[in-house]
Amino acid sequence: MTAINLTINPELAREILVGFIKSEVTRVGFSKAVIGLSGGLDSALSCALAVEALGKENVLAVRMPYRASNKNSLEHAQLLIDQLGVPSKTIEITEMVEPLFKLDAEISNLRKGNIMARERMIVLYDQSEAFKGLVIGTSNKTEILLGYSTMYGDSASALNPLGDLYKTQIRQLSRAMNIPTPILEKAPSADLWADQTDEKELGFTYAEVDQLLYLLVDQRYSPQEASEAGFDEKFVHAVMKRIQRFQYKRMQPPIAKISNRTIGYDFLYLRDWGT
Amino acid sequence: MKINLALAQTNTKLGDVEANLAKHLDYIQQAKNEKADLLIFPELSLTGYGLQDLVASVAHKPTEDDPVFKHLLNASKDLDLVVGFVDEDSRHRFFIASAYLSGGKTLHVHHKVYLPTYGLFDEGRFFAWGDKVRAFDTRFGRMGMLICEDFWHASPPYLLWLDGADLMLFSSASPGRGLNDKEKLESARWVERVTKAYASMFTSFVIHTNRVGYEDGLHFWGGATAFDPNGEELAHGPYNEEAITYSQLDLNQLRRTRARLPLLRDERTNLTASELQRILQK
Repeated sequence: MTAINLTINPELAREILVGFIKSEVTRVGFSKAVIGLSGGLDSALSCALAVEALGKENVLAVRMPYRASNKNSLEHAQLLIDQLGVPSKTIEITEMVEPLFKLDAEISNLRKGNIMARERMIVLYDQSEAFKGLVIGTSNKTEILLGYSTMYGDSASALNPLGDLYKTQIRQLSRAMNIPTPILEKAPSADLWADQTDEKELGFTYAEVDQLLYLLVDQRYSPQEASEAGFDEKFVHAVMKRIQRFQYKRMQPPIAKISNRTIGYDFLYLRDWGT
Repeated sequence: MKINLALAQTNTKLGDVEANLAKHLDYIQQAKNEKADLLIFPELSLTGYGLQDLVASVAHKPTEDDPVFKHLLNASKDLDLVVGFVDEDSRHRFFIASAYLSGGKTLHVHHKVYLPTYGLFDEGRFFAWGDKVRAFDTRFGRMGMLICEDFWHASPPYLLWLDGADLMLFSSASPGRGLNDKEKLESARWVERVTKAYASMFTSFVIHTNRVGYEDGLHFWGGATAFDPNGEELAHGPYNEEAITYSQLDLNQLRRTRARLPLLRDERTNLTASELQRILQK
């Protein structure tokens, strides 16, 4: 097996990401941010970076438990809130989502999970207006590539500081930023139903898949070269298929071109236009 | 002769030339207060980098009747300036350009000759390709200017060297990329390695400045540098923040280095030319 080193310089990553949050929030006239704290690692790291960028009083942490959420999730989020000293709100989503669940006795866990993720988005964007802060994203490179998210749910944000870091690297940076140990050490989970963990659901570990993704994406290995580097052929194939299948989740919906100048094709401006 | 050099690493407002001009005038005043002779701004310092469909609306001409350049030309009566802008020619082609301004005149304009159009870059889609690499005379000696991707290729610095440039002025809007466990980003390490190498190989002063700030998710890393004809670092600006870095260049170093190491004297340009002819005719 080829030695694959995903180690990052955490000080440099921190400096670039803190600068990114500061720049992208303040250049459009905002000074505050809103983050949904799940009790997990990604949102904890996003929150810590935002605090460094904007100051603790300018970052609102929102906990959005559901009736069946793991009790640890709330506690772990509270650990971080206490450590960072940020203002926080707890808004339970049970009464918002259950009326919808009840409309269909056959509703699946997946549908419930999607509804909860989107309900949390609604709450966050409402707090965004109330607190006058931009919603900071928490999706990492691993889950974006694997399409392991709910569109317009947990993937929705105004800006995402973590989207170019693999889960393994998120863990490394979180350690350097003193994220509380219980958050660092627990198994990653979307906590949408009891005993759900990412790795159980995906069928492989982050440590494995991050190394493979690094070769396929960052180092431009062909699937065959990745197999030759020591990865199981079926695993490589399954991951490639996931990356391709979920491309749609990484894009804006395509606009059918009719005119001479069409948004997305030949009407091209950066979002930071004029700022 | 000595030159008091000032390297500006600025952030820009994307597409807002007026705001960027105001920053230039502010930096010029600061450099003037420090008695700088030459102040160099990064690539596209008057416009910002990711221009896309903004290109036509931010273009200017480096002439006295231009509403932006009239201020810069006026300022160049006190100290020489290199500024980055979008140049529009008489037939409405748009170039990524650097202008050298001195004594109220535009001494030289360089159009970027290598437009990266791969990976995260899309310059060839929006800009015309420059077609000249020329050294030019200044009150401090003969210089040459290149813009970012121009010096990722070995031939433009080589041509400037043969055309008599003893000072190479490089400017960039270099997006940071390649974070690993090293102290610096891969992109920063690459640029510092090659600029130092050019100074050593061409026994010349090689000066580089790079912008800072963010555009969408892109981050520009700064880190201006000056290397002397021995390849020794004279100055190094900070990373990731706006700054002016000052350095005094002792031009007599050219003589001392080349007396010891006559690479320029021994350069076999006819051999290069004849072999190049042969290779091109293949």
